[in-house]
Amino acid sequence: MIKYPRKKASLKGNIKMKEDVIFIERKGELVARLLPDIDHHTCRIMREKIDLKLFENKPERLVLDFTEVGFMDSSGLGLILGRVEKASSLNATVVVRGLSESHMRIVRLSGLDRVKNLTLK
Amino acid sequence: MKRIINELKLRLPAVSVNEAVARSVISAFTASANPTVEELGDLRCAVSEAVTNCIVHAYKDIPDRSVGYIYISARLYDTREVTVEISDNGCGIENVEEARTPAFSTGEPSERCGMGFLVMESFTDSLSVKSRPGKGTTVLMRKILKP
Repeated sequence: MIKYPRKKASLKGNIKMKEDVIFIERKGELVARLLPDIDHHTCRIMREKIDLKLFENKPERLVLDFTEVGFMDSSGLGLILGRVEKASSLNATVVVRGLSESHMRIVRLSGLDRVKNLTLK
Repeated sequence: MKRIINELKLRLPAVSVNEAVARSVISAFTASANPTVEELGDLRCAVSEAVTNCIVHAYKDIPDRSVGYIYISARLYDTREVTVEISDNGCGIENVEEARTPAFSTGEPSERCGMGFLVMESFTDSLSVKSRPGKGTTVLMRKILKP
């Protein structure tokens, strides 16, 4: 009989495939770390979670962190635009960071880098 | 006279989980031709947009959406050309030219950008869209991979 070592539960090891957004709350700032591929399907759940947190916390700044995002299609752009709209209604600014070169290809196509109230890093 | 090296035919229900499935299948299919990371990324994006359009629009008029199917076929030629055809027999597009203009969208405003066709056109070498209202839509994209 094979004995498997017991793993200690840790926050790091518990990121399952279905985990989609991790929030980091700081004073005046809400960081949403987006995890999986972003398409029309994953977007739907992500945006609900982000909007809920956004309206709960009412930060001055919403940071959308794309560092761990692999694939992204135009749904990702819709996600950003939709959050900018929601954040604006709360007088919050939106910062997008961690966009890779492949993400930037689609961002430039849309002209999103020229939208006001939105900073891209 | 170009020859077909490989081809595939796939039928998927028009549900949003299958956007990722379609991407993975086309990735695996194209990978055998050893594309660059950028070429593969572009093709995945284009396929994702086409499949999403199908899921969001094609069968929106029938009450039980999961009955509708997406038909995907792909071919790889010895000229390093990949063609992907994505079709449905859904509601079709009234005015294809209008649908292909950037920012034209019949979806939820601010969550759907109307960029699908723009992405497909920009990320592939040629795109053809054939549609008849009530008869369905077929999108055919071609990408020629660098040698």
